[in-house]
Amino acid sequence: MKETPLSNCERRFLLRAIEEKKRLDGRQTYDYRNIRISFGTDYGCCIVELGKTRVLGQVSCELVSPKLNRATEGILFFNLELSQMAAPAFEPGRQSDLLVKLNRLMERCLRNSKCIDTESLCVVAGEKVWQIRVDLHLLNHDGNIIDAASIAAIVALCHFRRPDVSVQGDEVTLYTPEERDPVPLSIHHMPICVSFAFFQQGTYLLVDPNEREERVMDGLLVIAMNKHREICTIQSSGGIMLLKDQVLRCSKIAGVKVAEITELILKALENDQKVRKEGGKFGFAESIANQRITAFKMEKAPIDTSDVEEKAEEIIAEAEPPSEVVSTPVLWTPGTAQIGEGVENSWGDLEDSEKEDDEGGGDQAIILDGIKMDTGVEVSDIGSQDSEEEEMIILEPDKNPKKIRTQTTSAKQEKAPSKKPVKRRKKKRAAN
Amino acid sequence: MAEPASVAAESLAGSRARAARTVLGQVVLPGEELLLPEQEDAEGPGGAVERPLSLNARACSRVRVVCGPGLRRCGDRLLVTKCGRLRHKEPGSGSGGGVYWVDSQQKRYVPVKGDHVIGIVTAKSGDIFKVDVGGSEPASLSYLSFEGATKRNRPNVGDLIYGQFVVANKDMEPEMVCIDSCGRANGMGVIGQDGLLFKVTLGLIRKLLAPDCEIIQEVGKLYPLEIVFGMNGRIWVKAKTIQQTLILANILEACEHMTSDQRKQIFSRLAES
Repeated sequence: MKETPLSNCERRFLLRAIEEKKRLDGRQTYDYRNIRISFGTDYGCCIVELGKTRVLGQVSCELVSPKLNRATEGILFFNLELSQMAAPAFEPGRQSDLLVKLNRLMERCLRNSKCIDTESLCVVAGEKVWQIRVDLHLLNHDGNIIDAASIAAIVALCHFRRPDVSVQGDEVTLYTPEERDPVPLSIHHMPICVSFAFFQQGTYLLVDPNEREERVMDGLLVIAMNKHREICTIQSSGGIMLLKDQVLRCSKIAGVKVAEITELILKALENDQKVRKEGGKFGFAESIANQRITAFKMEKAPIDTSDVEEKAEEIIAEAEPPSEVVSTPVLWTPGTAQIGEGVENSWGDLEDSEKEDDEGGGDQAIILDGIKMDTGVEVSDIGSQDSEEEEMIILEPDKNPKKIRTQTTSAKQEKAPSKKPVKRRKKKRAAN
Repeated sequence: MAEPASVAAESLAGSRARAARTVLGQVVLPGEELLLPEQEDAEGPGGAVERPLSLNARACSRVRVVCGPGLRRCGDRLLVTKCGRLRHKEPGSGSGGGVYWVDSQQKRYVPVKGDHVIGIVTAKSGDIFKVDVGGSEPASLSYLSFEGATKRNRPNVGDLIYGQFVVANKDMEPEMVCIDSCGRANGMGVIGQDGLLFKVTLGLIRKLLAPDCEIIQEVGKLYPLEIVFGMNGRIWVKAKTIQQTLILANILEACEHMTSDQRKQIFSRLAES
C-alpha cells in the first residue's frame, strides 16, 4: 500500500502548533515519551515501547569460524526489520530507503563504537569464535524508530547470556545451561541514539518526534552518546543547515537524556534479575498490561446524586400535598358498579371546541382526563346485548372536559369546575 | 456400543457446530460454524439423529436472517470470519429472524458501499480525483459529483473530502461522490482548511456515531467545536484555539480505553479549568 498522504490541513495545523510550542500529545519541546522495557522468558529477548512505537529485540549466538583477517575476534551481526504490521506503508521489498538508512545507523552506533568486547568472544583463536546476532523487529511505527531500536538492541545485549565454554589444552567443553549457568556478554558502555527534528529551516527543534511530526519536519539530527558523554555517532539528514551552537546545544540535551535512559535501562535489568532469582513470574505475559476496549459497550455515566436530598426536600416543601382520592364503588344496579371516573366523552369536546373556535378564542389546550377505560365493568354490559333486551346501563363519566387557556380565564372555565365533583377539582389544581 | 462410537466420531471430526443462540455475547473465532435457530431442532442433541419422515409436508419455517459483518453463509450454517463477540438484533417489524454480526476491533478500513468517509485528495487525473480513504486502493471521485461544481470551486490536491461510496466491492476500484441521490450536498464536500485530522479504531467511530452517545454530548458542552466522523477511522475536529483542538483530539483518542467514570472525571476537571 502507498503511504497515507499528509493533507494540507494537518500540515498547517502541526506547523502552527509547533510555532506555539505545542505538541500533539501535550509534551514539552525536550520531553521524551514514556519508555517501557519488558523482558521475555528467554535471555536476550525484550520489547521496548517508546510511546506507541514498539521494537522487539532478540539476541542469539552460535559458534562459527572467525573471519580470516580477524582471527581472534568474535563476529557481530545486526539486523533491523520493518514488519508489515508496523505501518500500512511497509511492504516486503518496498521500504528500501528507510531500511538501509536505519540499518546503517544501527551498525555505526553499535559496531563502530566498540561497545561489545569482541576479543572476549573468542574461544579457540583461528577456529572457533562466537557469532552474536541481534535481530530487531519494528512492531508499531509511531515515529522515532531509531531511538527505540537502539535502546532495544543495547537492552537485549545486556540481558543476553551465552553458554559457558572452558578450554583445557586442546579440549573445548561447551556447557549446556543446565550444567553451568550461562554467562553475560562483556559490554563496555551503552550507546543510545537521541533524535532531534528541525522545523522551519532550523528555527524550531523537537526531541523524540512523533510520526506526524516526522512527516512535516525539515531535517533530522541523530546523536548517539553513552552516559560518559562520549559521542559514538552523529548524523544529520534532510539537508538543512545547522549552526555550530545548535549542534552543541543538541549534544548537551542528548547528554542529559542519555543519562536518564541509561538509568531506566539499568533499573529494568535489575528488576528482571531480581524476579528471576526469587523465582517469581517473568516474561511478556506478566509485564505487558492488558488494555480494555470500551468501544463495544454503551455505558451510561452514573448520575451525580450528591445533592438529591436537598433538592427533594425543596420540592416537597414547596409543593402542595396530593389530594386524597378515595375510590368507592358506586353501585348502579345489582351486578354493575363503577369505580373511578371513567373516560371522558370526547364527542362533547369537539362540539364545544368548535363553538369556541367560531367565537375566535385564542390558543387553547384541551386536556382530557382519565385515559383508562373501565373495560372490565363495561364488558358485562356488552355481552348482554346479544341476548334479549335487558336493561342497559350506561356508565356516564363527567361530560365536561377540562380546558386550560393561555389567555385570561373566561366564564366558561369557571363554570366547568363548579359542575364537577369535588374530587376532580382538587386534582385539576394540583395539575396546574 | 453405538453411542460411544458416535461420540468418538464427533470428537474426531473436530468442534461441532454450536447454536448461535447459545453463543450470543461470547467470543467466537474464525472458522467456527454456527447453527441458526430452526436448524437446531433438526440437528437434535446428538447430531445426526434418525427421525421418522413426516408425511404431511410441513412447510419448514424459513426465517430470513441477515448475515452481518464478520459472518458468512456456508451452506445452511453461518461461518465466522472475524474474531470478536457475536451479537444479535431482533427484527423490528416482525418479519425475518433479525441480524447476526460479530463485533470486532479493527484499524484498517475496507470500503463498504454507503459508508460516509473522510478522504485525502492525492492526485488529479483525467476528470477524476484520486482520493485516499485508508483502504487498499485510492477511490475515484468525479469532478462533477459536488453540489454546484464549477471549474473554480474544485478541491486541490491535499484537501480533505467528506463523501460516501457508491461502488465498493472487492473486485472493483471504489468510487465515491459528494452528493446524495437528490443531487444535494447534505453536509458532504470539501472540509474546511484548519482543524486537525487524526485516526482512531473503527469500533470507536461506531460507538461515537451511535444515537445518544454520551461522549459527544459531553464534548459538545465543553467547547464550541466542529467535528466530522469518517467511517474509515478518521476524525476531523476544529475548535477556536489550537490548545482546545488538541485537548479534544486527545480525549477522543483516549475514549477507546476509558471507562465512563474516568471519562466523567476528566470532563469535570476540564470544565473547571
